[in-house]
Amino acid sequence: MFVINCPYCGERDQSEFSCGGEAHIVRPKQPTELSDDEWAEYLFMRKNIKGVQFERWNHAHGCRKWFNMVRDTSNDKIHAVYKMGEKPPVI
Amino acid sequence: MTKYRINKTRFVDQTKTVSFTFDGKKYHGFEGDTLASALLSNGIHLVGRSFKYHRPRGIMSCGSEEPNAICQINDNTDLTEPNVRATEIELYEGLKASSQNCWPSLNFDIGGINNLISPFIPAGFYYKTFMWPKSFWKKIYEPLIRLSAGLGKSPTQPDPDIYDHKHEHCDVLVIGGGISGIISAKIAAKNNLKTILIEDKNILGGSTIYQNNKNFIIDNKKSNEWLMNEISELEKLDNLIIKTRTSLAAFHSYNYLLAKENISDHLPLDKKNGSIRQRLWKIRADKVIVAAGAIERPLIFNNNDRPGIILANSVKKYLDFYGVSTGLNNIIFTNNDSAYETAVSLFEKGISVKIVDIRKKSSSNIVKYADELGIKIYWNSTVVNTFGYKKIKSIEIMNLSEDGSNVTGNKHKIQCDCLAISGGWTPMVHMHTQSGGKLDFREIDQVFVPSEKSENHINVGSCNGDFELEEIVKNTNNKVKKFLNINEGGFDKISVLCSKELEKKNIWLLPNTISESKTKSFIDFQNDSTAKDIKLALREGFKSIEHVKRYTTTGMATDQGKLSNMHALGIIADTAGVKMGSLGTTTFRPPFTPLTFGAIVGRSVGKFFDIVRKTSIHEWHVQNNAKFENVGQWKRPWYYPINNENLHEAVQRESKAARDSAGILDASTLGKIDIQGSDASEFLNRVYTNSWSKLGIGKCRYGLMLNEDGMVYDDGVTTRLGENHYLMTTTTGGAANVLSKLEDYLQTEWPELDVYLTSVTDHYSTASICGPNSKKILKKLFPNKDFSDEAFPHMSYQDAIIDEIECRIMRISFTGELSYEINVESKYGKSLWENCIAAGEEYKITPYGTETMHLLRAEKGFIIVGQDTDGTMTPIDLQMDWIVSKKKYDFIGKRSLYRSDTMREDRKQLVGLLTDDPNEILEEGAQIVSELDKKPVEMIGHVTSSYFSPNLNKSIALAVVKGGKKMNGQKLFVPMENKNINVTVSDFIFLDKDNKRINA
Ligand SMILES: [Zn+2]
Repeated sequence: MFVINCPYCGERDQSEFSCGGEAHIVRPKQPTELSDDEWAEYLFMRKNIKGVQFERWNHAHGCRKWFNMVRDTSNDKIHAVYKMGEKPPVI
Repeated sequence: MTKYRINKTRFVDQTKTVSFTFDGKKYHGFEGDTLASALLSNGIHLVGRSFKYHRPRGIMSCGSEEPNAICQINDNTDLTEPNVRATEIELYEGLKASSQNCWPSLNFDIGGINNLISPFIPAGFYYKTFMWPKSFWKKIYEPLIRLSAGLGKSPTQPDPDIYDHKHEHCDVLVIGGGISGIISAKIAAKNNLKTILIEDKNILGGSTIYQNNKNFIIDNKKSNEWLMNEISELEKLDNLIIKTRTSLAAFHSYNYLLAKENISDHLPLDKKNGSIRQRLWKIRADKVIVAAGAIERPLIFNNNDRPGIILANSVKKYLDFYGVSTGLNNIIFTNNDSAYETAVSLFEKGISVKIVDIRKKSSSNIVKYADELGIKIYWNSTVVNTFGYKKIKSIEIMNLSEDGSNVTGNKHKIQCDCLAISGGWTPMVHMHTQSGGKLDFREIDQVFVPSEKSENHINVGSCNGDFELEEIVKNTNNKVKKFLNINEGGFDKISVLCSKELEKKNIWLLPNTISESKTKSFIDFQNDSTAKDIKLALREGFKSIEHVKRYTTTGMATDQGKLSNMHALGIIADTAGVKMGSLGTTTFRPPFTPLTFGAIVGRSVGKFFDIVRKTSIHEWHVQNNAKFENVGQWKRPWYYPINNENLHEAVQRESKAARDSAGILDASTLGKIDIQGSDASEFLNRVYTNSWSKLGIGKCRYGLMLNEDGMVYDDGVTTRLGENHYLMTTTTGGAANVLSKLEDYLQTEWPELDVYLTSVTDHYSTASICGPNSKKILKKLFPNKDFSDEAFPHMSYQDAIIDEIECRIMRISFTGELSYEINVESKYGKSLWENCIAAGEEYKITPYGTETMHLLRAEKGFIIVGQDTDGTMTPIDLQMDWIVSKKKYDFIGKRSLYRSDTMREDRKQLVGLLTDDPNEILEEGAQIVSELDKKPVEMIGHVTSSYFSPNLNKSIALAVVKGGKKMNGQKLFVPMENKNINVTVSDFIFLDKDNKRINA
């Protein structure tokens, strides 16, 4: 149970948040021009890294805002939290 | 006083007698006793039978590591509690305990036959033997195993006790109230840190509190006296919370810990009532200091499991803490110095004691002292056998060979009534590993010690591998100072004198004259696995410790291998010829000791188990005899039986009324999302499959929402309330998820859109009136309103006033009938409903529930997302091509509709099914086949909705069938247990295909 520093609310218990999987997967702007393989890459392929991973999180039982988080999945250390649209930090 | 209560101590109040029963017989103990110490004071060692061989077993320890003394509390009542360790229950007046796992009785145990046939019950016996023949399993093997095995009985009644949860925050949490925990807590609290100290026993002090030996001196006082003084100092500190009877259950990441406090378990029966039984503390600590101590190891030799064989330090605790002697003629069998303290204690109380030590000598102070007292010590010796069935009577010892791998010389028999064993100490690293910490193996004394990397927790004292008093005191002081960034510890100038162990020796499996296959050297006492089992597993090719553990069940019992894991690892390492540190350890999982379900659940029981959502009209439904069904957390009227009608009868009546005259449904639970913003229309274009640009203000439209994978996700009608204002409805169950999904897209993919979403599900109540007479009822309710088709067409909305209350009327239909939905602010819902009922009386307006709603929509071929779809259906599969815009460039899920897989023609597709016998009603979920004779039978689909339609006077069903679109008129079969039902594929719109009723 980690403590997450919501960029809008501050430190809150993990139970207030939900994880939305890998971050920085941009929805293609012109899906119709993609091949099946390219679309499948966007739709299905997700990384499951043991180590530093960029994730989307939602403060579901709080401000309801989505934001990004850099977490080490091997020890749950949170390296950074930043708003949607902001540049990912270099870890 | 009984024969075995030989010592007066300050921890047990011998003026306060407490009576209790064990296996139906009444005994006495004193306030301060545990069940185990009270039993021992009455000379009772035999408390259970072993799990597999049903060998007699006695109390072996004095704490949570106890493998044998597992009791059933309040047996023969509906509220009995199993698997309670006698060593941990504080004695209270009226306690009723009985031994477990000993059918038919403790003294005569039929399962004991397993002991005689034990050469045939090696590791994996159950896996191997009972595999075959298969038919024997259900009738012979399983009942046999169930009868003779088992770890206690579950209660049959709901738990009447109250359990509580509480959150707590602190600067420093100290786990363990022994000497190192006390030093840590004092340093922290004295330095202005909010500190919590938890201790699982009823008093602080750990094992030092009863050390009482002149070889262990702190600041010129005996260690126990010094500590007693420290404890009274500690109790004066303001910012220190001391919680006794509180055990750590789990240590999660970010220093989030769960601790269970026993509040009333130790109270007499008449004082328990109404009190909270246990409280689960949820603690978030800035820093955690683990001072959990160490567990004494047994020694592994032939027949090491007889009642009367007890861990040496436990013997000392029973003697010096509880005043109970576990035997009058004791032998200590040890590989280390700590057991000599037990010997000295026994000797000083005039109790006979001898020592068998596997070492060749020991030159420490305590050993010298024991020698000077004249205690007989057999050096370089090992126990090769023990005797006595229900209690140990004697042992045989032999000399060890030079390298310790064998025994030499003659057997020497010694009489005894208690054998105190000590194989050294295992640091309790469970907490450390639970928090994610790793371990290092220390060769010199063969222990795993914490490898500390975390900045936010440390281990001190013997759980850190510091076993000698001086080390413990000084290292704890220094380490805690550094950890908390404090200059003055308060224990900086302390002087500690103690005996120091210089000679160390460890043999995981002690040698014997007879071959291993003929010995019973128990490693896991609770699960009855022996050294032989582990070796067999290795011979059979198991290598990983995790596999050996599961195959032999070593360490898999309720004690989680507290006594057995190290020996299992050691024997594996020795047998395989590898270094122990390279094997890795098994994973210690929370909880450290078993937790009651009650403590986990806390107050979330009964009506607090889950939220119940009720509409504002709920009371009316209750008064009108509605039967309810749960839809998510909502209570929805299911049907309204009249005069003992059953579900079928009520639904037939309600459905007919809705089509013949008028019906009314509480539709308040549908999800409602208010959508505003200058890009609201564009937003709807992107989230629904159909086009929204041209929807006029005041108009309604049905929308279908997909997932990005092209599968149907939700549906509902959305109304355009204004230029930039829409009201979306969702399915009842999908409301919260739809809002989350829409928010996700808005915030992450389309932040440029000016759109705001607000959940208004609870804000409005909805009465839906349908049927040919609905328009007349609406006219009565709203006399000034024009309900002509020109003024108020299907799929449109208007504002209106009723009793000065504003409302919105939507003319939309989910039943296929002419239908109006009236929405008002929730607080007026019941009043609106009652008005509708009154206005509809002359048309016999009939309230109907969800079951009738489902039937009516099925007649009309409307799908229910989640019933006719299951996350694998595209709109094309549902034959809803009409709602998928070809013109829109993009919407959620569009691209996926052109994937090769979603375009397959043999996907399951929605069809109607008619049974050849119109009175036969199919079962929802039933499989559909096209050929009965072909083997294997190919399932080509299943029934999703099925009803008897009173309006069509026949059975109708919706189904999904592979390639169903092209199968209209084809004969298929629905095979059931006793018959095959013949069906014909049909159109799935069974009634009013040209929408005459909606526009009636
Ligand atoms: Zn927030």
